[in-house]
Amino acid sequence: MGAEKEYKQGQEQEIDYVQVTESKSFKKLMHDRKKFIVPLTIFFLVFYFLLPILTSYTTFLNTPAIGDISWVWLFALAQFIMTWVLCTVYVKKAAAFDKQADEIIREMEEGGDGR
Amino acid sequence: MSATVIILFLAIVVLTLAITFFAARRTQTAGDFYTAGGGLTGMQNGLAIAGDYLSAASFLGIAGAIALYGFDGFFYSIGFLIAYLVVLFLVAEPLRNLGRFTLADMINSRFDARKVRGAAALNTITISTFYMIAQLVGAGALIQLLFGIDYWIAVLIVGVMMTIYVLFGGMIATSWVQIVKAVLLMAGMVIMAFLVLLKFNFNIGQMFTDVKSVTAHGEAYLMPGLQYTEPLSTISLMLALVLGTAGLPHILMRFFTVRDAPTARSSVVIATWVIGIFYVLTLFLGFGAAAFVGYESILAANPGGNMAAPLLAQVIGGDILFAFISAVAFATILAVVAGLVLSGASAFAHDLYGQIIKRGKATEREQVRAARYASLAVSVLSIVLALFAQYLNVAFLVSLAFCIAASANLPVILYTIYWKRFNTAGAVSAMLTGLFSALILVSISPSVFSPVEGAALFVGEPIFPLTNPALVSVPLGFLGGYLGTILSKETDMKRYAEVKVKANTGYKRSGVSH
Repeated sequence: MGAEKEYKQGQEQEIDYVQVTESKSFKKLMHDRKKFIVPLTIFFLVFYFLLPILTSYTTFLNTPAIGDISWVWLFALAQFIMTWVLCTVYVKKAAAFDKQADEIIREMEEGGDGR
Repeated sequence: MSATVIILFLAIVVLTLAITFFAARRTQTAGDFYTAGGGLTGMQNGLAIAGDYLSAASFLGIAGAIALYGFDGFFYSIGFLIAYLVVLFLVAEPLRNLGRFTLADMINSRFDARKVRGAAALNTITISTFYMIAQLVGAGALIQLLFGIDYWIAVLIVGVMMTIYVLFGGMIATSWVQIVKAVLLMAGMVIMAFLVLLKFNFNIGQMFTDVKSVTAHGEAYLMPGLQYTEPLSTISLMLALVLGTAGLPHILMRFFTVRDAPTARSSVVIATWVIGIFYVLTLFLGFGAAAFVGYESILAANPGGNMAAPLLAQVIGGDILFAFISAVAFATILAVVAGLVLSGASAFAHDLYGQIIKRGKATEREQVRAARYASLAVSVLSIVLALFAQYLNVAFLVSLAFCIAASANLPVILYTIYWKRFNTAGAVSAMLTGLFSALILVSISPSVFSPVEGAALFVGEPIFPLTNPALVSVPLGFLGGYLGTILSKETDMKRYAEVKVKANTGYKRSGVSH
């Protein structure tokens, strides 16, 4: 693979970052992160914009749900709950990513190519 | 102005000056000045983020907007909160891993180009200026209302306080002022919300039933559509709110005050809980004000509804609570403007002077001195601007700052972290396209031109229909970055590999020289 010429940064021991990005463990971290972050980001953005879109173009959220509390308030509350839930989920998942990252750093420092 | 108000007001002044005094002794290096030495814990930084973010516009503005417009007032709360998911999922950790003092540092971890740094500094200065004018104008008007002193004296008091914090105590003082403010503000909110609920016998259903009949709007009060009637304008505003936070320099700067990405992450989580609870409580304050202060009285005190929360405190808690809430509002303003001074100063002293003029060769002493001069200059400049801007609409200035942040900063941040092909030309064109499209579109929008005299800055037909242009200017920012990139042949895969590894693992070994 392409470790053509030294990347000049004026250091004693140069790390070949291209090689790191092509290592199995780094590729796995990238794949895992993407699989987690992309769908959830799309989800929360869609969920969020659904609120102004529904209130702007429809009126069905204005029907009462519990007493005088209409659906639009429950939907708004759901936005808050979603935010806190996703925060918690992210922290849980990120702990696993941290472990993977530590492993990659260990491989880098050992100088092995980790494949 | 009662004695209690003066005592609490002075207590906040003394407390924050004491913080500054102790912080000043610990501020020796540029790192101390800009990032508190990078030594804050997740809890401290989380509270400081909340303190930096929850401005007087949030505290007084949103409570007032809910009191006057019901559900539509609550839109802001939702956008301001969900914005933190964008920060947490996409920006916070890579930013911490790549940057040092400023956003420009982070972008330049890929480029080392002075024009990229210059453009980033220009964005930071523009956004911070709009936000700062908004905060100072709001502060002046508010203190004028609360304490009955002239606008210009009010602006001077706030201006002198923020200058002292930043000039002497740098980021350490700013962070602790923000932490203290966050705690005070939350305490005030919880007390008020509790007293409001007590009045409704802790029956939330009853609260909704009651507020339906107390305002001039009747049933419509509990439904969307009282304030935002143009669908595309509403969606555009919501877009600016949700994406803007992840591009606000004074918020992003807070992530450099912690040690590593896991701490940055835990600080966002703390901030998100605090900010979320805060916005839920604004609902009780708004409804409480509508029910117990009354629509007419709120409007009579201030047409924007800014006095809803203090007036409510007076009604449900008497003079003592009124004094406390007023003092909290004062602390709120101080904490936010201090953060803004610091982010503006960092762009001038670190990016423009330290990196572009001195090419990163300034000594530690020169850097700290430059940072202090820049803080002083930014403070004086904003005070002068605020004195002339008294009659500008605060909410408009804040939403404009969010729009510029979303259009000019977010595209370049995301491209830098996630797009392999991205290059110098793309970075410059993303930032400048976003910045100028936001500014130009606003200047021809209904916020600036209105056929009704006095409704906007100028009388005339607006050329561009949306009050907040984010719906157009954010895609333009992304498009500018894309076109700039593919029209230039330059790529540096090795450099991107390095950025990618560092962003995702937090690996540090002075690889990228700043």
